[in-house]
Parts: sequence; structure tokens; C-alpha cells
Amino acid sequence: MAHYRSPAMQRYLRRLAGFMVVYVALIFAVGTVFRTNPPTGALAWGVAALPALPILGVFWTIARLLAEETDEYMRQLLVRQSLFATAFCLSIMTVWEFLQNYEVVPLGTGGFGATFFWFVGLGLGGVWNALGNREAGEE
Amino acid sequence: MNNLLRVLRAERNWSQQDLADRLGVSRQSVNAIEKGRYDPSLPLAFTIADLFALPIEAIFIRNRDPE
Repeated sequence: MAHYRSPAMQRYLRRLAGFMVVYVALIFAVGTVFRTNPPTGALAWGVAALPALPILGVFWTIARLLAEETDEYMRQLLVRQSLFATAFCLSIMTVWEFLQNYEVVPLGTGGFGATFFWFVGLGLGGVWNALGNREAGEE
Repeated sequence: MNNLLRVLRAERNWSQQDLADRLGVSRQSVNAIEKGRYDPSLPLAFTIADLFALPIEAIFIRNRDPE
């Protein structure tokens, strides 16, 4: 799948890169704001949520890729990869939640929340797809 | 589902990429269909049949349960 670059995939990569640039910029900007002049009240909510917006944008780019990809086989692989990511993330978070419920691990996620594990799962799903193609003796 | 895509392609001396370009799909798609790992949708099956000027059932062979 790594060599496949359909127009939909190219648009996805461009959108992804754009949202990642915005994400990095917001992480630094919001961190600086909260260190130097922390906002309060409703403004704090709004400013603190800003870095989440480009992540939501990444979810939108994935949805657009699934909608715009015209190659049905590649689309099936992308859907399978996304389902794998969802199952992986839910599994990790479910176990984690029970560990927290019984106070085996401390509360909080240490910055590694559901989104982090979903993207880890997306990467593993991509590896699964690639291994499947290799086992099939792709020419 | 089995198919004769590889044979039909070989008769025309086309690579998987050649066939993929003619069908407007990825080479991975052609490979997956040839290996029987992916059954194409009806629209793609009709496109394949049109390309080889054959009926769909002359290209794709249904797997029948042993009686």
C-alpha cells in the first residue's frame, strides 16, 4: 500500500500534512499561553481545546479518503485498517479503565489517550495489510 | 471465486500494471483479484469483461460446493 498514490491518497497526504503543521503550531502556542499568562473561565476552555481541532481535522481527512478513494480494493484495505485501529484502541482503553477502577494504575492517561492508541492501531493495521499482501506473493 | 484474469492478461502480454492502467485501478487490486483474495464489485467485473470482450461468466468462475 505504501507505493499506491491515487489522487484521493495524494489529497489525504496534503490535508494530513496541513493539519499536522497546525497541530504542532497550536501545541507550542497554547503551551506558551498557559505557562506565561494562563486564561481563565470560558476562555481557558476554548484555548485548551484548540490543539484538539487539527486532530479532529485528521479524522475528517480519513473520512474524506474513504469517501473519495475510487479503487475499491484499496478502499477495503483502508476500512479494514480503520476497524483494526478502532478495535485496538477500544481494547487498550477498556483494559486500562478496569486497571484504574481497581486502582492498579493511577488515574489519568499521562497524555496517552484514546487518540494516541487509535493511531498506533492504524499503524499496526497498515502493517497487517502489508503483511497480507506479501504473503499473497504480490508481484 | 476463481478467475482467468492471469491467463487473459498473459495472452496479451500485459503486466499487472498494464492491466491496472487499463482498468483504472491499482496494481495491488489486479494482484488481489488474480490471486482470488478479492472479488470485484459488479461494476468492476463488467469493466473487466468489457476490456477482454468476454462475458463475465467466461472470466469469473464460481466455486461450487462438492456434492
